[in-house]
Amino acid sequence: MNAGEELRQEALASIEKIRQRTFGQRLWSWRYILLRRVSQFGILLMFFGTAHWGWQVAKDVPLLTGNLSASKFIGLIPLADPFAVLQIFLTGHVLQTEVVLGAGIVFAIYLLAGGRVYCAWVCPVNLVTDLAAWLRMRLDIRPIFHINRSVRYLMLAAALVLSVVTGVAAFEWVSPIGMMHREIIFGLGLGFIALLAIFLFDLLILKNGWCGHLCPLGAFWSVVGRHTAQLRVRFDASTCTHCGECARVCPEPQVLNLKRIEAVGFVYSGECSNCGRCSPLCPEGSLAFDWRPLIRIHNARSRGAGSRVN
Amino acid sequence: MDVKRREFMVHVAQGTAVAATGAMLWLYMLRQEARAHPFALRPPGALPEADFNATCIKCGKCVNACPYDTLDLAAAGGDLPIGTPYFIPRDIPCYLCPDIPCMKACPTGALSPELKDINDSRMGLAVIDLENCLSWRGLRCEICHRECPLKGKAITLETHPRPISKHAMFYPIVHSDACTGCGICEKACPTTEAAIRVLPHKMVQGKIGDHYRLGWTFDTEITQDFKPAPPAASSAPPAATPKRAPGMDYLNEGGL
Repeated sequence: MNAGEELRQEALASIEKIRQRTFGQRLWSWRYILLRRVSQFGILLMFFGTAHWGWQVAKDVPLLTGNLSASKFIGLIPLADPFAVLQIFLTGHVLQTEVVLGAGIVFAIYLLAGGRVYCAWVCPVNLVTDLAAWLRMRLDIRPIFHINRSVRYLMLAAALVLSVVTGVAAFEWVSPIGMMHREIIFGLGLGFIALLAIFLFDLLILKNGWCGHLCPLGAFWSVVGRHTAQLRVRFDASTCTHCGECARVCPEPQVLNLKRIEAVGFVYSGECSNCGRCSPLCPEGSLAFDWRPLIRIHNARSRGAGSRVN
Repeated sequence: MDVKRREFMVHVAQGTAVAATGAMLWLYMLRQEARAHPFALRPPGALPEADFNATCIKCGKCVNACPYDTLDLAAAGGDLPIGTPYFIPRDIPCYLCPDIPCMKACPTGALSPELKDINDSRMGLAVIDLENCLSWRGLRCEICHRECPLKGKAITLETHPRPISKHAMFYPIVHSDACTGCGICEKACPTTEAAIRVLPHKMVQGKIGDHYRLGWTFDTEITQDFKPAPPAASSAPPAATPKRAPGMDYLNEGGL
């Protein structure tokens, strides 16, 4: 058997390992997805409960007022969407300290956690697009066309430029994220049509079309935390068999360019949303969440131990 | 021109065309949303409409803060700028909380903290449809006057004699210098369709222009052009004024 054939067999054996997983193991491999749903629905529920059922932590101290654009947690901590605040700033308006402070707090959180943690763990539209992506995989719908994933950065730039030109926060006024969130918390309008459009677009036209190609908020968060994110998926090249299952489930497969991440030791791209699909799936345990400072230590040790000799 | 270069140029042109089309569409939607609807009644302290639209972050904290459920966020596809707070007085008016919780909840200053006294808020202006107002038609109603939180200032009653009977007419009159636009009058109006209703100022209020001089009002400044000539310095000693002008005030002297 030549070396190439040997590698192929190894990769196939890895895929076989995934197939042979028991139901319990499968369930365990969905842990991050379940946690993400808990996080996404939990945040929605906190907003909804505060708005409609008067949820309080103490007398006259509401739990979480507002919505994802701006909010106040336990009547004390202001939070705000830095992208929305940036757009308003570009319309030439000076904002009050509270919202600027809130934007700063949120910005700092995602600077450390990884910007697109917002996309996978908080954004309500992710519920819609994940459903579309799952159905698309199930129904095996082939792509009609491809567009460059960097179009989102163009959208980001357009949102900022249009904010200057029109004098209103350009993305906030058309954002399906805002529509969905407001309509769940404050009452139904026609925003669900926009969400239906996104769902159909993602399902039938372009895989991961909205979140992975167009959304300017996702682009904004991709830029934030690109170099500072502390929680990342580490990549251990010494155990990887290149079976490719990770890239198959990844909504942003370009971030799993194995050659490049081998050099760095982890998935470094700002476009990775820490969604946690790849790491529990990996049959060899080559991909796993880790703290950035620990990654180098881990990879040096495993390379030194020579757990797998090529 | 070589083929590579030509291809590149076409690609650039195509990309630009797609981007420009998208931008135009986006611009159109923004214009539609932001400029087409002058009818929104905003919470107290709201900045002028253009500034309000720019600074409101659409978070709905004012909606949560309102104890009367007066406010709502405009939904997508509605008549009002998307996501911004508004109220419909005929459903629930603003009850003018003295501590202004909606304004305090606003994180951006779109509801300006410069509003210190709720009675200084100017959400809109009440306008009376004289043809359908019960009081103006001659019935004794005056509910708007009685319900007005600034009764006597924002709405006053004027009595007028009636041609055909002994009973006076009681006309409610709105005064724009005191009306907050809270809409309690509109909510209270007993007619099938409210005969008094609150509208944004720019929908109803005129402006006479600064160049008019209302000479008979006390606070009108008299410009140089209209100043009477200074009295000529009289050379002759002023004629002794009689103690009493002839015929003056004889009715008041108790002589009769």
